[in-house]
Amino acid sequence: MNFFKRTPKVVPRVADSDIFNKETEGLSQSQIVRGRFIRHRGAMISVFVLLSIIIFVFSALGFKILGLGYGGWWKYNSIDMTPLRSEGCPGGLGGCPTLDLLPGKNFGLGDHPFGQDDIGRDYFALVMRGAQRSLLVMFVIGIVAGLIGTVIGAVSGYFRGWVDAVLMRFNDFIITIPTIIIGSVIGFHFGNKGVLFLAVFLGLFTWSGLARLVRGEFLTLREREFVDAARVAGASNRRIIFKHILPNAVGVIIVSITLIMSGAILLESALSYLGFGVVSPDVSLGLLISQYQDSFTTRPWLFWYPGLFIIVISLCVNFIGDGLRDAFDPRQRRRLSRKERSKNHDLTTVAKAGEIN
Amino acid sequence: MFAYIGRRVAILLVILFGSSFLLYNLAAISGDPLEGLRGSTDPKAKAQIAALVRTLHLNVPPPARYFMWLKGIGGIFTGHFTLGTTRDGNPVSTYLNSAIPTTIRLITMATVVAIIMGIAVGIISALRQYSRFDYAMTFVAFLMYSLPIFWVAVLLKEYLAINFNNFLANGKISPAWIISAAIISGFFWAALISGNRKKVQIIFAIAAFSTAVFLSLLSLTKWFTHPGLGPLMMFVLGMGFAFAVTYTSTGFNNKAALRSAQAMPIIGLIFYFPVEYIFSKHPGVTPIALMFLLTIIVAVSTALFFAKIDRGPVIRTSVITSVLVGILFLIDKLMKTWVPYINTDAIHFRPIPTISQSNSLLPAGNFWFTFLDTVTHLVLPTVALTLISFAGYVRYSRGTLLEVLNQDYIRTARAKGLTERTVIMRHAFRNTLIPLTTIIVVDFASIIGGAIITEHVFGWQGMGTLFNTAINNYDLNLLMGVFFVTSSLAVLANLAADLLYSALDPRIRVVGKK
Repeated sequence: MNFFKRTPKVVPRVADSDIFNKETEGLSQSQIVRGRFIRHRGAMISVFVLLSIIIFVFSALGFKILGLGYGGWWKYNSIDMTPLRSEGCPGGLGGCPTLDLLPGKNFGLGDHPFGQDDIGRDYFALVMRGAQRSLLVMFVIGIVAGLIGTVIGAVSGYFRGWVDAVLMRFNDFIITIPTIIIGSVIGFHFGNKGVLFLAVFLGLFTWSGLARLVRGEFLTLREREFVDAARVAGASNRRIIFKHILPNAVGVIIVSITLIMSGAILLESALSYLGFGVVSPDVSLGLLISQYQDSFTTRPWLFWYPGLFIIVISLCVNFIGDGLRDAFDPRQRRRLSRKERSKNHDLTTVAKAGEIN
Repeated sequence: MFAYIGRRVAILLVILFGSSFLLYNLAAISGDPLEGLRGSTDPKAKAQIAALVRTLHLNVPPPARYFMWLKGIGGIFTGHFTLGTTRDGNPVSTYLNSAIPTTIRLITMATVVAIIMGIAVGIISALRQYSRFDYAMTFVAFLMYSLPIFWVAVLLKEYLAINFNNFLANGKISPAWIISAAIISGFFWAALISGNRKKVQIIFAIAAFSTAVFLSLLSLTKWFTHPGLGPLMMFVLGMGFAFAVTYTSTGFNNKAALRSAQAMPIIGLIFYFPVEYIFSKHPGVTPIALMFLLTIIVAVSTALFFAKIDRGPVIRTSVITSVLVGILFLIDKLMKTWVPYINTDAIHFRPIPTISQSNSLLPAGNFWFTFLDTVTHLVLPTVALTLISFAGYVRYSRGTLLEVLNQDYIRTARAKGLTERTVIMRHAFRNTLIPLTTIIVVDFASIIGGAIITEHVFGWQGMGTLFNTAINNYDLNLLMGVFFVTSSLAVLANLAADLLYSALDPRIRVVGKK
């Protein structure tokens, strides 16, 4: 029985660390991080998928920023009702999806790729609109919470003393209130004021975990020699915080913001599902699921597409976060491919010695 | 120690005060409880408004009203504890009293299952770092992390529950299912045990073949329509548990532990019919509790009989085995109740319900029916909640174990020639448990938040439902009642986590802080 035996590759070998050292020679920290991130296959695929989704979603339906509008290439919008298309639909129910990915004469998007809802609105347009909303909420929450969390964490970790005590108690207040409760209270009363307002408000209450992490990071970094050196050289507090400490803490911050963002898209959809988030006539992915969950047996497509978009977006953000964490972690050792190992064949005898079973 | 706890509790009270003040005012200024009545043309509306203003003190501004609410809670010291009344005049605490047990029942099972499975999978994937199993589990964990629970819940209702009920109507597994299940199990076990190519192929073949034979046997004997274990099956399963528990707990070299664990299913076999008789004649919670108490006593005394020295591990092994055998007894009894249960008019061969927490049409007074009914109603919510929280435990336990395995004391343990089992289970796993305990405790509090959505989807009448009504009706006292319970739990969980941490890790001294 050798169930507990670990796969031998886990322990970094002598030869491996030689390779790693050779790889990072003469590179700056950001170059190393970038290199590691690009090698993370899951993260790179996710970046690609997420960017494509963003471009696709925002180009399909168009959007408006500060009066500058862009029309979008999709022929329908999320409001107009079109006659229910019923040809070729199983069971005689109208509005089934025309999307066909199998090669054949129907291949392509068709008239209503995601079908129509029960009153004839084009579901593709609805889902695109919802995805725009959800992406917007995700980024706004990420930015707002990231800013507040970083500033509060940095200030309380850097200045310590009573500033720290006050800010951290305030942080504790926020942590004690479960996010879903505060989110519902806010969402229910302010959901009708527009999705941007909702997102900013939710961002005001999701920064607490980040602030704690940043504070911890600042507490250790402020004791380091380079901070002392900067202070002796006459740097102001602001300069030390922004130029010396913050760049060193940026890994923790970025990783934590991606986690906030993947949580945010689920929070928004959960709130909309409960009826406390984005409200009709506006559209969000969670709201679409909640509106059409009862028609699952008759019109399953109304249920599948918004859910798939939520999952894919959230999955991408999670994978990017994982890739970033690996990239920023100085202790991280990636597994070498066979090719790289055989290239260093002369070192493998040493590697054998380092192998522990 | 007590001074430390006292200080912590004092800080916690301040935090609770602050956060409740924040939420109270936020909720109070963001909605008007009289809004619906103001626009009403009902002649009684004016009187109703006046009554509401009087009972809920709506003429007092929110910050001051908060202190009136707080005074009710402060009554805990004088014996006049009250959380205020809801809009319809009933005390909030009566609603909470019926809602809290429901929510606890909903999340307990899911948390336990998620913890056990999550830690097991996390540890195996750490031991097989960068293997196919590890990659697959990482992907699965991330996927589950990204699933919206309400979406999963609807899918579970539509596919798992309805199809499973249809399947139970005849209890036959189609060949296609058997083949795919066999292939999946082959892949699973091959990836789990891993090794060189030949070994993997052999494991795949064995696992796939035995799964296929096992499922065909179950299908042919109509086991799914008439489930049951019977004494022989229980003995075999019990022996399996005995070997598995001994292997992970002490290793086969400890003969005393192995023998004492093996004695458990034998004793179980002897007591099979008496226990069965008692369960049928005297249904209730007491016999079950008594049975578990007795099994533990028997397990401890057997262990003492077999082991003369180093008794601790032996006792542990046999107690774990005996509790597992005891659970088998319970499962066997539930399976025996199955056929009459699904034959009742209330169930009518659709045993897995998709909604609500209990079946009110069931004939009352039959303990085993009610028990089984609770279990079947728990199936779907438990699966949904487990799927969601499982991922976190996998990622966390994997990360922690990998960290621990790089420590110097692990190298020392290996260097002095300990077996790999001892190194992993005794040195690495135990140290992994320290940080895990803290997140488990904290998680248990936050999972209540997740239960709000789950309750909504599955139509349970718990805290989540109360919370929903509170928000929709602008019922401030009810909302604060729910918040009071959840946040107190969260705060207490944090305190418990800190104390546990210092109890488990001798390097951390809570008292030492001056």
